[in-house]
Amino acid sequence: MENLNQIMLRNVFHVLPELVWCGFGVLLMLLQPFLKSRQSLTFVAMIGAAAGTLSTFFTLLGSGFSGLITFDTFSLFFHWLVGLVAFLVILGSDSYLERENLDAAEFYALILFATVGMGVLASAQELLTAFIGLEMSSIASYILAGYRRDSIKASESAVKYFLLGSFATAFFLYGIALVYGVTGSTNLMALADASPNSTLLRLGLTLILVGLGFKVAAAPFQIWTPDVYEGAPTPVTALLSAGPKAATFALLLRIFSTIHAATDFWFWVFWILAVLTMFVGNLGAIVQNNVKRMLAYSSIAHAGYTLVAFAAVTFVRTDPDAVAPAYAAILFFLASYALVSVGTFTVVSEIGGQGERYLTYDDYAGLGTRQPFAAAALSLFLLSLLGLPITAGFFGKLYIFTAAIKSNLIWLAVLMAINSVIGAYYYFRLIVVMYMREYKGTLPADASKGLSATAAMVVTVAALITLYLGLLPNHILGIVLSQPLMLSAR
Amino acid sequence: MALNGHLLTFLIFFPAAGALALLWLRGDDEVWIRRFALVVSLVEFVASLLMVRAVTIGANGYSLEEFSRWISAPAINYHLGVDGISLFLVILTTFLTSICVLASWKGVHHRIKEFHVMLLLLEVGVVGVFLSLDMFLFFLFWEIMLIPMAFLIGIWGHDRRIYAAIKFILYTMAGSILMLVGIIWLYNATGTFDLPTIQLMLHNGQIVLSERTEVILFLAFFIAFAIKVPLFPLHTWLPDAHVEAPTAGSIILAGVLLKMGTYGMIRFCLPLFPEASRRAAPYVAALAIIGIIYGALVALVQPNLKKLVAYSSVSHLGFVVLGIFAFREISMQGAVYQMLAHGISTGGLFLLVGMLHDRTHTFEISEYGGLCVPMPRLAAFFLFVALSSMGLPMLNGFVGEFLILLGTYQAHWHWAAWAATGVILSACYLLWSYQRVFFGAVTHEKNRELKDTSARENSMLWALAVVILWMGIGSPFFTRRFAAPCKTVIEQMNPNLMHEAGLPRISVPHNGQQAMDATERLASR
Repeated sequence: MENLNQIMLRNVFHVLPELVWCGFGVLLMLLQPFLKSRQSLTFVAMIGAAAGTLSTFFTLLGSGFSGLITFDTFSLFFHWLVGLVAFLVILGSDSYLERENLDAAEFYALILFATVGMGVLASAQELLTAFIGLEMSSIASYILAGYRRDSIKASESAVKYFLLGSFATAFFLYGIALVYGVTGSTNLMALADASPNSTLLRLGLTLILVGLGFKVAAAPFQIWTPDVYEGAPTPVTALLSAGPKAATFALLLRIFSTIHAATDFWFWVFWILAVLTMFVGNLGAIVQNNVKRMLAYSSIAHAGYTLVAFAAVTFVRTDPDAVAPAYAAILFFLASYALVSVGTFTVVSEIGGQGERYLTYDDYAGLGTRQPFAAAALSLFLLSLLGLPITAGFFGKLYIFTAAIKSNLIWLAVLMAINSVIGAYYYFRLIVVMYMREYKGTLPADASKGLSATAAMVVTVAALITLYLGLLPNHILGIVLSQPLMLSAR
Repeated sequence: MALNGHLLTFLIFFPAAGALALLWLRGDDEVWIRRFALVVSLVEFVASLLMVRAVTIGANGYSLEEFSRWISAPAINYHLGVDGISLFLVILTTFLTSICVLASWKGVHHRIKEFHVMLLLLEVGVVGVFLSLDMFLFFLFWEIMLIPMAFLIGIWGHDRRIYAAIKFILYTMAGSILMLVGIIWLYNATGTFDLPTIQLMLHNGQIVLSERTEVILFLAFFIAFAIKVPLFPLHTWLPDAHVEAPTAGSIILAGVLLKMGTYGMIRFCLPLFPEASRRAAPYVAALAIIGIIYGALVALVQPNLKKLVAYSSVSHLGFVVLGIFAFREISMQGAVYQMLAHGISTGGLFLLVGMLHDRTHTFEISEYGGLCVPMPRLAAFFLFVALSSMGLPMLNGFVGEFLILLGTYQAHWHWAAWAATGVILSACYLLWSYQRVFFGAVTHEKNRELKDTSARENSMLWALAVVILWMGIGSPFFTRRFAAPCKTVIEQMNPNLMHEAGLPRISVPHNGQQAMDATERLASR
């Protein structure tokens, strides 16, 4: 029989990555007075992000802390994803912090803390734990969004994000309370046994969905997204669009794959959410003239595509053969979007110049000749977002199409196809501007400087992954499909 | 063979390798970039000629097949093959690409390296489309080809090039995404993307698509192809794309890209959805006839010579679609022949119009007039190509149109009657415009000093002229090779005739797992 110490020790090994990230976050803050150079801080932060990610190899699979946390292949996947995102964002923000003259230590520490929150979200097996994870990632993000204190837009972004975010969290919490009222427990296992037709349970879950829908920027809870994405420092936007989004979707998937016989009601909820989100995102993006705002709307649209797969999941829940590919589709799509998004925003951050002045389409005119590498990489990312073959985004969309059609959701697939075509317009428009228009007026002095070395590294890694996933999606898909999801409820 | 059975792979990826190698050349090394691109495209052309020997006359099925697994879930295979229909389309592509490199020798002045890279990448996509036997692979190349084409229009085009490029992208994307949904639907029903396997399963009755499903799937594919062709109400992208594209872009666009649509109809729509095709045939034929007459009438009143040629494409491609949907062996052969002939003739017309533009910097017919005084050689070639385009006997256009009309007449005489008016109209617009451009007195003094064709231009024009004459006189060389595949397509439309169709008879038992076995057997070949 294990004694208490052993149990504690075992529990610790279920949350090893979180502990490592947290430890390095604290370490960074402690190191700040001693390490003067920004580069060394960047280096430490990168080691932290990488160490946390690699520590998943030593993390115990299974459930810990009396069922509060489950570290399974599903959360392993998301730990890898958010860890990699954090690593790339840290590397990519080095030159940004130098250019904008911002303190590095807290910035990196906050990124690591946010990553901890995302990790917790991905392995939460209980709603209050999930709430803690959500808050950890959110609060760190609120601060990060307003990190450029002297910029009015950044402050607006932070306040907006904070106020609306708190509101959404309240919804989430209230939902938890209702669910607790029905099931007498906040553990997700208890949800599996609850009667799915209870109105109170539905109400509770709907409130939870509202709270999480806000975080993933699903319409009609997406209003904050363009403003926050535009105002936040671009590396932070990269993080926001990649990490928290993926982690929140992970939680959403975990919750909605546990409810039994969820069927019709949730299917239609996700169907409507998906269609609404896709259209709001894509139609909104068409009229944007600011690249960051366009990408924000594109991020909304991508949330919509993910929700299509959710609709497929809730539709076919009774058939395990059909469920696995749908899960795989979600995971693959989130991973491909996250990495492409980090790459895109890194380029945007570099092109932005000091004070992020060059963000409109017009500023991108002639980029193809001025900065061939940046333009080529950005084009690749945009084509991936658009979903053209031999990029990651293509297979992401393909798997979602397949999942939808397998569940006989032909109309949803067709609506998604229509949205993809709308998307082609604004993504391609940026490519057109970069390659086919000349810059009007006089070029700013720093316009053809090219990417900084660190940003170039991030962009190269992201581009290589984009192509790799676009040519050989097998490998990662094999991992995703091998043990589809060790979701404990099934 | 030296390539050890990988000729098709070589054909697809050699231009890609050439494009990559081009990237290493210095951007200001103009002459060498052009020479290098020319060598690559000529090697590709010669290599494509090697296929002719490999395709056996009268044989069914595909030659030079290559098969390897690529992605396991969903099961996407790298499956290539060539038959009599795709054979000549590939050769047409490689031939016209070489012409394009030569045609832009003087016409393209900026970003020369990127231009040739795009041209070669475009060739990769187009050749890939014609050689793919895996539907997914087909779709992949179909999409890949979009980007270089849009760049060719958007960067090296004329004044409204950006508008035209975006319009081109959006139209094609709209069709192809629906096709993707259709492809996945079909995959979902059959468990494979492999075209021959699916055909086999459909004809063995192993998979039965409900009537409604078949119609929807037919439409998903057909609309994508119809946009590409372009069939009448979906044609509006074409004049813009053509007029704004640089000469090389127009040649490839008219010569080859449009044929991807009609090729898709022959390869996918008819054999996979025979019942739906039969039901759609009257409507499709009506649209095709409207296209023939409408295209010709609009061409008749065009003040812009390039737009005139562009609208003549709408008219000529209407013939091809009509020939396909008449469901007669003869008309099908005519359709394939017309695809090739139109590629050469219209490619030639665009080339000549491009030469006129190089000299006068305008496409307006009113700016020309009496041009055969300063440029007798160019005028002679223009007349020759125009005559071939309007279907003069002994030249290439005649064979295709004649076969199409003959086959269509056997099926529905009134379709043929309507379509025949297009032949008359094509003579009207081509001869009338020719008269206004070349005959009479020189109307603009500045045109008196124009230079006649150079040696480089002569070489291209002679090459085209020889092919035009050869296709007009030696048509059996071509028709013999695609007669059998055309027959197969027609017979596949009629399941009762399956045994005579001589499809490879792999008996496939009745479930999804066995479908995989059939694929496996192909793999082990």
